[in-house]
Amino acid sequence: MRANAILYALLGLFALCVPLLGIYPVFMMQLLCVAMFACAYNLLLGFGRMLSFGHAAFFGSAAYATGWLVTAHAWGPGAAILAGVVVAALLGLVVGSLAIRRQGIYFAMITLALAQLVYFVCLEAPFTGGENGLQGVPRGKLLGFLPLKSDLVLYYVVLAVFIAVFLFIRRVVHSPFGQVLKAIRDNEARATSLGYEINRYKLLAFVLSATLAGLAGSLKALVFGFVTLSDVDQSTSGDVILMTLLGGTGTFFGPVLGAAVVVTLQQYLSDLVGGWVTAIIGAIFVACVLSFRSGVVGELLAWRARRVKPAPP
Amino acid sequence: MTTVLGIPVAVILGQLMLGLVNGSFYALLSLGLAVIFGLMRVVNFAHGAFYTLGAFAALLGLQWLGINYWVSLLLAPLAVGLVGIVVERLLLRHVYGLDPLYGLLLTFGLALICQGSLHQVFGATGQSYPVPPALAGAVNLGFMFLPLYRAWVIFVSLLVCFSTWFVIERTRLGATLRAATENAPLVQAFGVNVPLLVAATYGSGVALAALAGVLASPIVLVNSHMGSSLVIVVFAVVVIGGMGSILGSIVSGLLLGVVEGFTKVIYPEASNVVIFVVMALVLILRPTGLFGKD
Amino acid sequence: MKLRMLTLAILAALAAAASGPTLAADEVVIGDIDDMSGVYADVMGAAGVEVVKWAVADFGGTVLGRKISVLSADHQNKPDIGAAKFREWADQNGLNFLLGGSNTGVNIAMAKVAAVKHVPIFNIGPGGASLTNEDCTAYSVHYTYDTVALANGTATAIVNAGGKTWFYLTADYAFGTQLQAAASKVVEGHGGKNLGAVRVPLGAADFSSFLLQAQASGAQVLGLSNAGTDFSNSLKAANEFGITKTMKPAALLAFITDIHSLGLPTAQGLYLTTAWYWDLNPETRTFGKRFYAKFNREPTMDQAGAYSATLTYLRAVKAVGTTDPDKVMAELKRAKINDLFTTGGYIRADGAMIHDMYVMQVKTPQESKYPWDYYKVVKKMSGEEAFGPITGLCPLAPAPK
Repeated sequence: MRANAILYALLGLFALCVPLLGIYPVFMMQLLCVAMFACAYNLLLGFGRMLSFGHAAFFGSAAYATGWLVTAHAWGPGAAILAGVVVAALLGLVVGSLAIRRQGIYFAMITLALAQLVYFVCLEAPFTGGENGLQGVPRGKLLGFLPLKSDLVLYYVVLAVFIAVFLFIRRVVHSPFGQVLKAIRDNEARATSLGYEINRYKLLAFVLSATLAGLAGSLKALVFGFVTLSDVDQSTSGDVILMTLLGGTGTFFGPVLGAAVVVTLQQYLSDLVGGWVTAIIGAIFVACVLSFRSGVVGELLAWRARRVKPAPP
Repeated sequence: MTTVLGIPVAVILGQLMLGLVNGSFYALLSLGLAVIFGLMRVVNFAHGAFYTLGAFAALLGLQWLGINYWVSLLLAPLAVGLVGIVVERLLLRHVYGLDPLYGLLLTFGLALICQGSLHQVFGATGQSYPVPPALAGAVNLGFMFLPLYRAWVIFVSLLVCFSTWFVIERTRLGATLRAATENAPLVQAFGVNVPLLVAATYGSGVALAALAGVLASPIVLVNSHMGSSLVIVVFAVVVIGGMGSILGSIVSGLLLGVVEGFTKVIYPEASNVVIFVVMALVLILRPTGLFGKD
Repeated sequence: MKLRMLTLAILAALAAAASGPTLAADEVVIGDIDDMSGVYADVMGAAGVEVVKWAVADFGGTVLGRKISVLSADHQNKPDIGAAKFREWADQNGLNFLLGGSNTGVNIAMAKVAAVKHVPIFNIGPGGASLTNEDCTAYSVHYTYDTVALANGTATAIVNAGGKTWFYLTADYAFGTQLQAAASKVVEGHGGKNLGAVRVPLGAADFSSFLLQAQASGAQVLGLSNAGTDFSNSLKAANEFGITKTMKPAALLAFITDIHSLGLPTAQGLYLTTAWYWDLNPETRTFGKRFYAKFNREPTMDQAGAYSATLTYLRAVKAVGTTDPDKVMAELKRAKINDLFTTGGYIRADGAMIHDMYVMQVKTPQESKYPWDYYKVVKKMSGEEAFGPITGLCPLAPAPK
């Protein structure tokens, strides 16, 4: 585990020094928000084995809530983020309780249908600005004194939240709750026979995942200063599935790596190859499913485990 | 002008008629999906892409090779069906033993590749495909002018749908297919080439999608996005009908087309989502779908 | 352990790559953010970027002794992508000037960034007149056309030709609703009546049901308050369903590329309003020929507008001797514009570029004598007539008492 700790420390150091290295802070913040979203999603997919096809609904609805409260009602950023998180949690509760009743592909289809409904509401509701989205969301002052208008200050705030979320997810997975979730994932029938109310555990995992996704969305609203329908769109849901798959479901660092790769690809590939980005992302998807199913980090871990295995006597 | 709930009867009838046309497309597309899912347990997210390919095959066939509509009706599904078989043999068969979600993700990735490539090569503006002269013109139904072509679409869809249903449910070939789904090794032991059968099934399901694409090309502009918005709706239709049921998908396809048409009269903005509302309700209240056998 | 390090190295490399191109120290940077691959890709798009580069080359390639470079990006019709790219270029690449391509929603978002970053933006592609009203900023110029001008041109022509009662098919987003509002105002102002409207989801596959509703209204005119494929699709469907037998279609926004893809047999007789047409005079024809040689089609008004806008900006920079945004904006609102795009055009306090607009009618197949000979001029409107008076909704331009 020392290797892990050293790695994380190095990454943390790197993250702290980002502004000094001349890397564009807004890009890094986008990356952190998306990575947070992917980690939240992985809690559901990797550790809970539930494929949700409409997770953008939680990300986006929190973003809209936060954006609207800050713009139209002059709330402070801290309170608005909290409100956004609550919105995502409530929505997660509603969607989760409806979807949990079914499994596998039906579960995915319910989340898809409900996500389309959320999209529709965001499209038609008067306060969301429809196709134009919410523009000019001010960043305000966190806790009354931290000026978030400065990219630098906001970057460290987002970084702190990201680290907190990452550690929280680790804690949840390693907790008794997380162990039961793993048991349910591996063999649901057996878990039921042991007396666990699996639906309760699944629902809690779903709500947790939705809440953290909402946190990522709320932060994103403040970072970019706008919220649009893309945030509740099918493609955003698809992107987060790809990131988690690519990085490695069921690992902690996988979604972060996946997010980093996909965001960088989308950002800089589109400058180079224009419209081929979609096709390339599709190809990566296919490659992941066919041969890379544990994702990059998963494969690396497995490779290392094989290396360490003692030779038979 | 007689009205019902303040809406002229002519308008209601007109919308129901159009709903029937849309429903025919939904039925045809969901039929292909249901065949593939029912017989292979694969959720074919690439169905919309094959629909688009069918339309492009017709369009390019006309532009590059001068193939007319009637020939395209036969050739395009065959060509796209062959592509489907290749995809199945090369890619899909690797995910059969795994969690069905991998099949979904694989086909999702394939759809992205197809859509992205078509988009890049042909742009998104779309090109128009001419209505075949034999089907041009409209019929005056009194409450509306129904273009002959749309009536033709209804006719072909119903014909193809019920023929397929008949083949699968009532013929020996269909029985063999259904048996292969339930117990492949046993059927193989009887000397039936199961992998070939499976490949042919996928090819046929995909060919049905391509046929829908050819039928659609004189109606909508042929563009790279044709399939992507449609495929999600068609999934909803299949789920509502019951994911293993051929008849279910045909009937719910037609039904939902009509429901959508009706929504366009009362609350047009919601016409995009009404099918999802129905799907969510069905999944909650009657999970196996209207005709499903889980 | 080594593999984790490898992962770290990959991440670091990605992040380093992510820091993007370094600030080009002494260059004048021009950007073009447009729909390069979607519904409006042919209206300006990649060809538009080429045209901007032509303008730079025709100007001499340098201004104030500094080299001019051109950046381009695809906003994919998403306001967040457009605004994010604009901000990134302003922060990281020393962007001096931005051309905004199609899509009103994206341009509104980018205008807000312009106001914060103090980078002049010329909205070439969008139509929404709110860009010079509620959404105006001190650094944005609405260059080519707007929904008010379109309505004043096309709606007026149709009402005067006898189309008194209107029913609208409106794309359900800012551009569609603003265009409908402008047209409705014109119709009522000329003694006509607006019988109703139906809002259609953007990018709808099938318009037939909405068209049936339009027909049931009994209106004389079918107001197509949409653009791009929505426009072509809805017109095709209207023909198919015999709607055009009883209702006259009003193409409230149509580009020459739309007419080309529809074909003259379908599009003949349509009235439309445009800021520019390739076949107006020798100067426009030269540009048209140059464009045709490279792209095998004639340019739209947006593409001509992009060329003109680039030159206008560079001339202003040369005139004031600096790229300081405030000084350049002041000069832009002072000087007149005379080039292949417009004669006697000027930029108003609210940011609208006032110039002549043309009401055209699409020729019949018999009237068209050569490829792309699609329009005949019905009326030439002066800029003041087309764009109307200052409304006072923009804080920069209070309404005259």
